[in-house]
Amino acid sequence: MSISPQTERRIIYLVLFLAVLLPLLFPIGWRTESSPHVRMAHKLVEQSPAGSVAIVSFDYDPASMTELQPMAVAMIDHAWSKGHKVIATALWPQGPQLADQAFRALSEKYPEKQYGVDYVNLGYKVGGMVTIQAMGRSLVEVYPTDTGGTALNQIPMLAKVNTLRDIAYISSLSSGDPGIKQWVMAAHDMYNVPVTGGTTAISAPGFIPYINSQNQLIGLLGGLKAAAEYEGLIGMENGSATAKMDSQSVAHLLILIFIAIGNYKVWRNKRIKRTQDLKEEI
Amino acid sequence: MRSLGIFCLVFMLLGLALPLMGEASFEIKDFPHDAGTALNLEWKGASGSTVTIQKADSMQVFHELHQSTDAEGSFTDTELSPDETYRYRMIAVSEADSVSQVLEAQPVEQWFYLDKLSFLLMLIVISAAILLYIYAAKRGKDLFVRRINGLDSMDEAIGRATEKGKPILYVPGISDLDDIQTIASMTILSHLAHKAAEYDTDLIVPCRFSMVLSAAREVVRESYLKAGRLDAYKESNVFYLTDDQFGYVAGIDGIMVREQPAANFFMGSFYAESLILAETGFSTGAIQTAGTAQAHQLPFFVVSCDYTLIGEELFAASAYLSKDPQQLGSLKGHDFGKLLIILLILCGIVTESLGWSWFKDFFGKVF
Amino acid sequence: MKRNIPLIIVFLAGLVVFASEFIPHRPFSQINETLERWFMIISGFAMFLGQVSLLRVNGAKIKNKVKDWPYYLAGMISFALMLIFGLLWGMEKTDGILGDGASIQAWLGLKPFDYLFENVYQHLSATMFALLAFYIASAAYRAFIIRSFESNLLMITAVIVILGRSSFGTMLTGWIPNNLPLLHLPNLTDFIMEFPNSAAQRAIMISAALGIVGSSLRIILGIERSYLGGDK
Repeated sequence: MSISPQTERRIIYLVLFLAVLLPLLFPIGWRTESSPHVRMAHKLVEQSPAGSVAIVSFDYDPASMTELQPMAVAMIDHAWSKGHKVIATALWPQGPQLADQAFRALSEKYPEKQYGVDYVNLGYKVGGMVTIQAMGRSLVEVYPTDTGGTALNQIPMLAKVNTLRDIAYISSLSSGDPGIKQWVMAAHDMYNVPVTGGTTAISAPGFIPYINSQNQLIGLLGGLKAAAEYEGLIGMENGSATAKMDSQSVAHLLILIFIAIGNYKVWRNKRIKRTQDLKEEI
Repeated sequence: MRSLGIFCLVFMLLGLALPLMGEASFEIKDFPHDAGTALNLEWKGASGSTVTIQKADSMQVFHELHQSTDAEGSFTDTELSPDETYRYRMIAVSEADSVSQVLEAQPVEQWFYLDKLSFLLMLIVISAAILLYIYAAKRGKDLFVRRINGLDSMDEAIGRATEKGKPILYVPGISDLDDIQTIASMTILSHLAHKAAEYDTDLIVPCRFSMVLSAAREVVRESYLKAGRLDAYKESNVFYLTDDQFGYVAGIDGIMVREQPAANFFMGSFYAESLILAETGFSTGAIQTAGTAQAHQLPFFVVSCDYTLIGEELFAASAYLSKDPQQLGSLKGHDFGKLLIILLILCGIVTESLGWSWFKDFFGKVF
Repeated sequence: MKRNIPLIIVFLAGLVVFASEFIPHRPFSQINETLERWFMIISGFAMFLGQVSLLRVNGAKIKNKVKDWPYYLAGMISFALMLIFGLLWGMEKTDGILGDGASIQAWLGLKPFDYLFENVYQHLSATMFALLAFYIASAAYRAFIIRSFESNLLMITAVIVILGRSSFGTMLTGWIPNNLPLLHLPNLTDFIMEFPNSAAQRAIMISAALGIVGSSLRIILGIERSYLGGDK
């Protein structure tokens, strides 16, 4: 019985849907070891002294939040546990809302953290690289107020922060452009501010060349697995990335099975054709 | 004699001890090869002392700028203006003594970023090669350029669309007009629109950004005008969808499924949505050609599209399609550039293996 | 003349930006800064142009009742709703024309704009991105076939990386002694991504950069004019 390509596709999609759904409902609990790039990013945050001011840039939109939002929550959790202060910025329009969601997600664990003292959301600015270069000259020129309209000189944690050079490290969580590349080219290459970041698994290979001897990028979280590794490193229990890794692992296994089935199908069709050709010759 | 000897000995000992007592020297130098926005503050001979560098504000009140316990060191003060003079004070405090020195300096703007010399030299050499090949082509020299299947198939794709009576879909990438890939896409769109006008085939161009929309409309309109088919030009076929990445992709997918274009062209900058576009187009049975310089999206296009322009082929496309000898000549310049880079990489490997770091340092300063 | 003015502008702008890259002295450093500011301003205004185009195109389709016109209407209603809610009650900490909508916030839990953003838009966007998983499965099923040496190499590498990037990689090869690191699937995956993959990507980036130099030079010198809508 032959199945049309369209039906074949629908069967694949249905089976994959079940493979992703079932582990979410019935967790398996597989463990993930941390990789070198994730450990580099972790070390940068770990070794920054208490009182450091860091920028976490939310350069993604809700489409990528499944992979990147757990990274944001884990990194802010780590930063707060080390006594760092966090400035949220965004080079993508939906970034500020995602930043607020991340802070809200941690408010129960860190009830003592106050807005303006321990964290602040400066919001979104269009321009990408141009904006970052301008931040290197003057932060208040780019962000005269935060998202609530409070002037920067009235925000306690920004009293000694005038330019990017006053920032201890920058973490850019990006799913495209503008994002990590722009932060590396402007903040690190021009102003020598350490840059780390996270991106989707698909985009991660493109940023690996920046992890080099010049330390253009210090570590990288690439995809959901890296987010789960980071959660493991900071000892985060019931992290959202860790919970989703079971689904990802089952889905990966299923894709391997599909590849095997696809190869079998091609081999079988070749055999049938060869048999038919032989019969015709006879 | 004896007292003279003792006196000399004491004097010598004093002379030796003076540095140990923290007699530091302070010097200010202009930071080299910059826009006059930095000064280098250097101190020496401050062993056993705590050195504090202070800077005077506009009211001539000194504020601490930097502190160190190193006997010798430097600090770079940045974000300065070349129009102002700055006052600095160095205070070196040891157990026995305290030394203070005040100096004034004004940063100087230079006329050349000497650190970028290697970058400039490479740019000049590669540009000169490109221009030389263009000149050679202008003088009639026949230069071999290999075939690019994706571009040769453009006629076939448009012909198929005309036969089926279906439109052509052209996606100029998801980046704004400041991305050179989008500009390269506009140049390809110009050629494609001209052919589509000649064949009288509908050309649909959904845009993500308003500036791209304006440019695309102008390019398509001019191409139709040049083909003498301005009457066939439909402004509503070149339209804005949305700024949102996945909203844009959803819109294009909808167009592909509803309009069933016979040929899809994805030319420009793409990110995670590349496979969504290519697979949806594949499912509709369209002939697909993609081109991008985003290296990590190329595998998805290669898997799902009939033809893929890889990296520089996207930028060479316009020259290739125009068949203008001068423009084709410039493509040979790209090859010269590649040869140059291969040689530099080999030189780098050899010099680093031999322990000579000057070669790497010469190029490393740019980054 | 009409054709020459844009060419002259492109040439001069190209020269100025090129010079400012190498000359720190004023006015070159300031010109670059000014151009950057102009771009930021134009980007902001250009957003408005796009919305006008959107309204015109969709409005015409709704007016002429083309096929599937209710969907275009749904798109316009969504656009209008978000705009109205954002204007009237604002979003997050920013107030709208009618204040901060405390009573609506008490009822919905969030401002209307934020409610729609978090409960509708975010999930729609994530759904579109999730389509990638399905398309990767169908593309892998179709494309990773043993055909030639290159396709075999592709498939073997894909299998290693797929396993290495999941929890299976650690489970399958965790028993191998640590002094054979490359036999551990996660390490082998990282090696493949960091060396052969990076080398290939860098080569493509270098050739693309050369393509950019050539393309930019042709545009600046006026040899390439098709971006203006026609050759010489």
